[in-house]
Amino acid sequence: MTEIIVVTSGKGGVGKTTTSANLGTGLALAGKKVAMIDADIGLRNLDVIVGLENRIVYDLIDVVEGHCRLKQALIKDKRCDTLFLLPAAQTKDKDAINPEQMLKLCDALREEEFDYVIIDCPAGIEQGFRNAIAGADRAVVVTTPEVSAVRDADRIIGMLNANGLGSPKLILNRIRPQLVKKGDMMSVEDVSEILAVDILGIVPDDENIVVCANKGEPAVMSDKSPAGQAYRNIVQRIIGHEVPFMDLEKKEGFMGKLKKLFGS
Amino acid sequence: MMFDIFAFMRKGGGESKQVAKDRLRTVLMNDRVNMQLLEDIKYDIINVIKNYMEIDEENFSISIAQTANKATGVKTPVLFADFPIKKIYKN
Repeated sequence: MTEIIVVTSGKGGVGKTTTSANLGTGLALAGKKVAMIDADIGLRNLDVIVGLENRIVYDLIDVVEGHCRLKQALIKDKRCDTLFLLPAAQTKDKDAINPEQMLKLCDALREEEFDYVIIDCPAGIEQGFRNAIAGADRAVVVTTPEVSAVRDADRIIGMLNANGLGSPKLILNRIRPQLVKKGDMMSVEDVSEILAVDILGIVPDDENIVVCANKGEPAVMSDKSPAGQAYRNIVQRIIGHEVPFMDLEKKEGFMGKLKKLFGS
Repeated sequence: MMFDIFAFMRKGGGESKQVAKDRLRTVLMNDRVNMQLLEDIKYDIINVIKNYMEIDEENFSISIAQTANKATGVKTPVLFADFPIKKIYKN
């Protein structure tokens, strides 16, 4: 049975697309058949994050408007043959599609027998958001430990509840353990208490993400990336395995060593 | 980078997280109350207007937005209510 998961946040720039790319790729690496859908019509990005930008022939709008079949528009990943991408249209805007059409598209994807469909939702709470959530079975909310991002996450959680996607799970992105320890960044506990939602995962701030984005290779494929490990853990939780949260203290590495060096 | 290292080692510094939490709690309370408030106002307005005209309740929208006063330019929150009228009753 296909499970359709929409990745939302409200606020832009908190890591929705990176999260979508890593969850999609991670689930495929775990042996699942996965489709990643870029629902950010007009501002397509998921294709470059997964390094498939040169293979695009058809896009989501072409499928919806009947210019091509779904299978023609689904791009097979170059590294993982159970991973597919349905890119957004770059030249249209969010009004080029409506929630009913999105619902139909999701039904068509279910018929293709994917295990998981990951929908990358655009920022905001307007049409693009309503399109992205229309066919989803469950929602993941991405936020960072900042006042603005958590506030928007709260709004999105409220809207998801109002649209039948109750109990969304939270991914807390870009945690900086040193700042949390110092009392200058909200912790996982702080954020989950304020938003009153379950945590699906915590992802440490990781320079590797920048490198991965440069190369078009999601961090989940890299053994050296702490964020990649965090995404692999999240993937296991989505599949249904219980995995303890990462011990972020251990990932201090450089700072930890310096601290010892200075003897504080 | 050096600045970061010293900040990390500084004892007793950095309690801004509590400030963030307090501000968030206040902001979220306002956000949540406002949404319910608008729903309540919408319900009441519909009930009053019903006495005078038939309106399209499905497409009724209500919002509060910062709007500049045309004469003074001063920005104040203004309540906007859009209700498509289907029919106006004669007395």
